[in-house]
Amino acid sequence: MDAPVSVAPLIALVGNPNAGKSALFNAMTGARQKVGNYPGVTVERHVGRTSLPDGRQVELIDLPGAYSLDPSSPDERVTRDVVLGRQQGERLPDAIVVVIDAANLDNHLRFALQLIALGTPVVIALNMFDLAERDGLKLDPERLAAELGVPVVPTVAVRRRGIDELKARLGEVVGIGGARALRAGDGHVEEDIAVLQRRARAIATHATLSETAVRRWTHRLDAVALHPVAGPILLLALLFVMFQAVFTWATVPADAIDAGFTALGGWVSEVMPDGFLRSLITDGLIAGVGAVLVFLPQILILFLFILVLESTGYMVRAAFLMDRLMASVGLSGRAFIPLLSSFACAVPGIMATRTIDDEKDRLTTILIAPLMTCSARWPVYTLIIGAMIPDTQVLPFVRLQGLVMFGLLITGVLGAYGVALVLRRTVTRGESSGFMMEMPKYQWPSVRDVVLGLWQRAVIFLKRAGTIIAATTVVLWLLLSFPKAPIGSDVSQVDYSIAGRIGHGIEYVVKPIGFNRDISLALLPAMAAREVAVAAIGTVYAIDGTDAANEGRIQDRLKDRWSLPTALAFLMWFVFAPQCISTIAVTRRETNGWKWPAFMVGYLFALAYIAAGATYWIATAIGL
Amino acid sequence: MNAPTAFPPLIRLGQLPRKTRGVVAAVDWDMLSVPEARRLRELGLDEGVEVEMMHRATLGSGPIACRIGRMTVALRRHVGQAIHVAPAN
Repeated sequence: MDAPVSVAPLIALVGNPNAGKSALFNAMTGARQKVGNYPGVTVERHVGRTSLPDGRQVELIDLPGAYSLDPSSPDERVTRDVVLGRQQGERLPDAIVVVIDAANLDNHLRFALQLIALGTPVVIALNMFDLAERDGLKLDPERLAAELGVPVVPTVAVRRRGIDELKARLGEVVGIGGARALRAGDGHVEEDIAVLQRRARAIATHATLSETAVRRWTHRLDAVALHPVAGPILLLALLFVMFQAVFTWATVPADAIDAGFTALGGWVSEVMPDGFLRSLITDGLIAGVGAVLVFLPQILILFLFILVLESTGYMVRAAFLMDRLMASVGLSGRAFIPLLSSFACAVPGIMATRTIDDEKDRLTTILIAPLMTCSARWPVYTLIIGAMIPDTQVLPFVRLQGLVMFGLLITGVLGAYGVALVLRRTVTRGESSGFMMEMPKYQWPSVRDVVLGLWQRAVIFLKRAGTIIAATTVVLWLLLSFPKAPIGSDVSQVDYSIAGRIGHGIEYVVKPIGFNRDISLALLPAMAAREVAVAAIGTVYAIDGTDAANEGRIQDRLKDRWSLPTALAFLMWFVFAPQCISTIAVTRRETNGWKWPAFMVGYLFALAYIAAGATYWIATAIGL
Repeated sequence: MNAPTAFPPLIRLGQLPRKTRGVVAAVDWDMLSVPEARRLRELGLDEGVEVEMMHRATLGSGPIACRIGRMTVALRRHVGQAIHVAPAN
């Protein structure tokens, strides 16, 4: 190693949305990157490292896409503040790589002109150079460089072309004088968009050697994808395949994970002496975390679809098709993308609302995101439906269990629709923000970028399973195990324990809607995460099971102890109840305060109580 | 109104038939909200720019997709109503 370097120079990647900035970032840093957050806002901060040809290590940050230095969303504000050196916790970049779509010079040069005027050293990455050529555009990078007065490097980020050249140019501009603050007057930046636009267009025309109109692939695909009839059919078909895949492809890996955890539990039981610690590890930790990790394959499959749809450019088309429907409840097509992600998990879904520039629109989307059936509900639904609903054939290809599952999913969507309608007329009232979006060209997703995205999601999920879920399961196990019921007492261990006593308290509140003691006990730990409810019921029965004959699958025991109206009420509760600390926390961060998460928790619990109660009373009345 | 010899006559972008090109002649910025107007400018819409109607979402009142310069942009119909276009042939 060389002598220690004080601080690695910082290089910021900046550009318009759809310039291929993230692909360039991935190509430059590979797996050497970290995802964090900027303090105070939930804008993701992507940092990575790379080395320049001269051997120097540099730090790269990938800034959110923006159209100008005049921000209209929290994302764009971060971009502006970082390049101006005003962002808290981030130093002023030593150089900026401005990423430009070569096929869209007119537009992307406008922002580039603003960035060059700042006075920070700039290198232009003329990205997607191959697509521009295929489009019939012949560009002269050298002429462009001469016009702009900064180095210009043609790149194809997804094929990793031009990266070495880009790093070489960076080496020439970085760290000559070290980081410096902008001097007053140094960075006079033109702010009138019209003036910038005209200058950008003049430069673009000058740098374009020839331009021939080529019928683009994108137009042919859009003729189908955006067709008034074929478009919606294609979207529905894609969604159908996606959910079908989530439930069928995941079976094999999920069973393998399940078997793995069962084997692990068995192995621990053999090697450890019987007692407190063994019970804690097998009944508490391994059973609890295992019950949740089983859902990793489903979540990854869902994210795989979302990442692919996003990176091909189809997601914006879906937003376009959905805009009419969303407009009828006062939202825009943009809300479709975060809401679809919320089927995997509301946390990334809520974070994805950052791209919605209108505050009211965004707030409404955040508030309804928890109503999408996230993957944490599946374990609960699967368990209860599997135990309580007969698997009869109602129609050809339609089984009753599947129908109930689908019904719960639809209830959530319709609930969200209704809630948005009400919210937009009351608490988030305001004029519609409209819908205006650039439609990127279709492109093949880069396997590398998709795999990297999946990997990041998996790590987040595993961290959650390893921390929140493991901790709550263990705490619940402890609360259920102590104090020990006196030997020979007619009160069961569960009823005698601390958790049992808390559960009895909750029971007073939830008894009117048909909930029994088991549910009351499961509700509290399920606040940490919904899927803990399954582990919690399992733990209750494990501790309750006094003799071996009583042991059995959770499903069999549910059948003995729960009535059908109770089970249905419990399912309906889970459609609405905001039982997820992570969602509440991310809502607090996104809305900068406790007001909106408190509102969200309140209205969702109220809806859950009413819906579960109504289900219970109706089911009882019709004699189910 | 004492319009200059506008030839061919101007129509609104929303009325432009599919796959027809035109040049933006004027924009009623007052018909748009401030963020809408700004976003539209950021997407490169300006007088003199070539536009082309690409797609209409659903029959009725869904959004429209237009080419502005070399970029395809989705807009709501009322925005299309604020843009006056001289159709090409």
